[in-house]
Amino acid sequence: MPAKPSRPKMPGLIGGLGVTLKTMLRPAVTVQYPHEREAPTPRARGVIALKEENCTVCMLCARQCPDWCIYIEGHKEQRPPRREGGRPRSVSVLDRFDIDYALCMYCGICVEVCPFDALFWSPEYEYSEFQISNLLHDKVKLGEWMETVPEAEPLEVGAESKGKK
Amino acid sequence: MAAIPTLALNLGWGTTLAIKTIVILMIIPLGAIILGYVFLLKMMSHMQSRLGPMDPGGFHGWYQLVGDGLKFLQKEDIMPAESDRRVFAAAPAVVVMSTFLVFLVIPMGPDLVVKNLDVGVFYALAVSSLSVIGVLMAGWASANKFALLGALRAAAQLIAYELPLLLAVVGVVIQAGTMSLQGIVLNQQHGSIFGWNGIGEPFILTQFIGFALFLVASQAELTQTPFDMPVAESELVSGYMVEYTGFRFLFFFIGEFGTAFAFAAIAATLFLGGWAIPGLHGDLANILGPFVLFAKLMFVAFLMFWVRFTYPRLREDQLQALAWKFLIPLGLANVLLTGVFKVAL
Amino acid sequence: MSTTLPPADGYAVDRSALRHLADAQVAVELDTGDMILNLGPQHPATHGTLRIVVRLDGERVVTADPVIGYMHRGYEKLTEFRTYPQITTLVNRIDWLSSFANEVPFMDAAERLMSIEAPPRAKYIRTILTELSRIATFLLFLGEMGLQVGALTPAFYGFRDREYVLNLIEAATGGRFHPNFNRIGGIKDDLPWGWIAECRSTMKVVFDACDDFEDLVLGNEIFEARTRGIGIIPDHVGASYGVSGSNLRASGVDWDLRRDGPPYLVYPDLDFRVWTHPDGDSYSRYWVRLQETREAARMVLQCLDAIPSGPVMAKVPRIIKVPEGEIWVETENPLGQMGYYLISKGATGPFRVKIRSASFSNVSIVPWLLRGVYVPDVITILASLYFILGDIDR
Repeated sequence: MPAKPSRPKMPGLIGGLGVTLKTMLRPAVTVQYPHEREAPTPRARGVIALKEENCTVCMLCARQCPDWCIYIEGHKEQRPPRREGGRPRSVSVLDRFDIDYALCMYCGICVEVCPFDALFWSPEYEYSEFQISNLLHDKVKLGEWMETVPEAEPLEVGAESKGKK
Repeated sequence: MAAIPTLALNLGWGTTLAIKTIVILMIIPLGAIILGYVFLLKMMSHMQSRLGPMDPGGFHGWYQLVGDGLKFLQKEDIMPAESDRRVFAAAPAVVVMSTFLVFLVIPMGPDLVVKNLDVGVFYALAVSSLSVIGVLMAGWASANKFALLGALRAAAQLIAYELPLLLAVVGVVIQAGTMSLQGIVLNQQHGSIFGWNGIGEPFILTQFIGFALFLVASQAELTQTPFDMPVAESELVSGYMVEYTGFRFLFFFIGEFGTAFAFAAIAATLFLGGWAIPGLHGDLANILGPFVLFAKLMFVAFLMFWVRFTYPRLREDQLQALAWKFLIPLGLANVLLTGVFKVAL
Repeated sequence: MSTTLPPADGYAVDRSALRHLADAQVAVELDTGDMILNLGPQHPATHGTLRIVVRLDGERVVTADPVIGYMHRGYEKLTEFRTYPQITTLVNRIDWLSSFANEVPFMDAAERLMSIEAPPRAKYIRTILTELSRIATFLLFLGEMGLQVGALTPAFYGFRDREYVLNLIEAATGGRFHPNFNRIGGIKDDLPWGWIAECRSTMKVVFDACDDFEDLVLGNEIFEARTRGIGIIPDHVGASYGVSGSNLRASGVDWDLRRDGPPYLVYPDLDFRVWTHPDGDSYSRYWVRLQETREAARMVLQCLDAIPSGPVMAKVPRIIKVPEGEIWVETENPLGQMGYYLISKGATGPFRVKIRSASFSNVSIVPWLLRGVYVPDVITILASLYFILGDIDR
């Protein structure tokens, strides 16, 4: 026979009643959304924010996305040289950066592979829409999400790397 | 209720009858709503660590069941194509009717009883088993094999548990010496425990086996967990009510909770003393009696629903074995012991 | 059609009867005393879209035939055209209740082919998260098996206590259900500040929850009457059908890949007990999973005490290409033994991944197991086997 648990047990039927009574007398754990809200953890993958000035249109995020939900268009422009006598620099300018949240799997591969730290996670989750086409967030809206991106939080004792969002 | 004459108002026979009818008709839905809200919506929720309805009506969702009832009323009346239409329509009415009839004999005060029958207990038990016919009618008329199977199972269960119910009540009748419910209440009010009559003599003290039997049997009569195999929700089909929608389903629902109300009232009357507290007589008893009965009834209902929300359900054969092999011998032993003590002491 | 029981070495299903059961609805056909019942794809008792075609003789089951594939998402085909990080994301969704545990054997396979070993801190964190997902999925099982047997309340306790574990996983990985935290060479991030203390207090909640389930469900005489002696899997039959995990251990087979298989993660350094039960019925399956939940909580506490400091990512090239080779890695997932057979041809993604999922083999015993049982016991048995449809169909 298997080992019996070490605590003494009352007849099972009575013990079960005790559990429900005990739970009834304690406060309920319900958070009454939308009157109350729980704050998600800072790392929660709610929505992706875009810092446009960092983006160089390298297309790594769009390529690595498992769902191909990022749509990027850009063009090259010539900028004047930084110093006298230099040659004009060509700069990639971002025309269109859309993320289709109807397809997005919230995996975070795009945020991770971006070499220029242009994409950030934000724990904001209340952006559901009545029309599914409104779930395509363009670069303006993605820029607005930057305000909700939390600060890099400290890491646990024993970690070596610096905190990274 | 002939309450009004003792309060120095003289009403005619017709007015009294009208008042009695209205009160009886209202008491079932009201009782069902109160029990449903307090126990099903709020107590169950808190036992499950959640809050239950909070928004409808503003204050802790008191309006939820009323809104549900109104919603059911405006639904389309669908009948299966092959069903027996008249039987299908009549079945919920039969089930609810038996509940209404039980309330005719439950006393709520010294004069607040619709009809103080001398065989009140016998009448109450007989009438409450009318619902079995309603269940069978529902199952048969649904033209659905699963509904029929569920109805047959339910009928077998209900009939099997009539006997423990009866035997539990017989013990009380022997101790009280009368079958009239009003007489049983008065007996408990004027009784005494070893000479001390502070709380009268509630029969639960001597008839504790009977009380337990009555609770278990009424749990089964209401097809509540742990005896809810006929209406098992996570099982294959939901039993004899499967083809019922809208208003007819509302009838079944009211019937279930109204019957719970009725059984709790009977248990409170038989075992806890009903409307009576020692020292409460006359006009004061007529005013406070219903509230006292209500409090005791809610306590009994609390026990019933507490068990309902905690235990898993028994399989059909285990359920029948429990009734025939355990509860009925226990009930018979209870009757024997009560008889011996009543005669010997 | 005959009403005799099928031969003892397997089951026989009358295919002509199945041909006109095309739709997923509760269809009943009376057939000279046999009734065919469709526990259709939409059903509260099957955990997802599983269809079991049951032929009844009165209240007893004559044959039962599970029809799977309603949730087939083509994982093995998807992996042919994805890179390793992308596959890690997808693979979370095979067994969605213990999602971290699905990534572990896949990452192990890729790392072994690359001859890279994750640093010790990463291994400890992987072990902690695997055991946390084991706790999460078992808490749900403990609750919802009570629900299938008829008690409404344990299901809510299961979900409520699982929330604490999911919040922990979210604090570390960013996702409650789909962590996507493993990377070749380690894990994505280190733990946030304060996580270890919160993990310890959550394990206290888990222990309390297990005690509650013991009182409310396991000790309940009605539950015992419903589950003892129901759905007995003899050990040799279970092993021959490929049943694994807690189902096999509940039949008395002392086999746990964390202890008996090739070493992976930090299980060789942990001190844990493998729980078995000699009976093999539904009660013992519940009992074993309850004890394993407690054991998993103890393992998490051990890991938290022993976690070393250091990096969480080994040195890996920027563009990861796994060298050519084939490898088979199997781990003890909460549902059973899960394995990945990885064939790589040196590209950024695998050439072929074959996924051996535990529930697929666990469900294969259903036709053998359901012969001759009563109809309510069908629900109990299916609940006690604890399969997840995503795991069966992939």
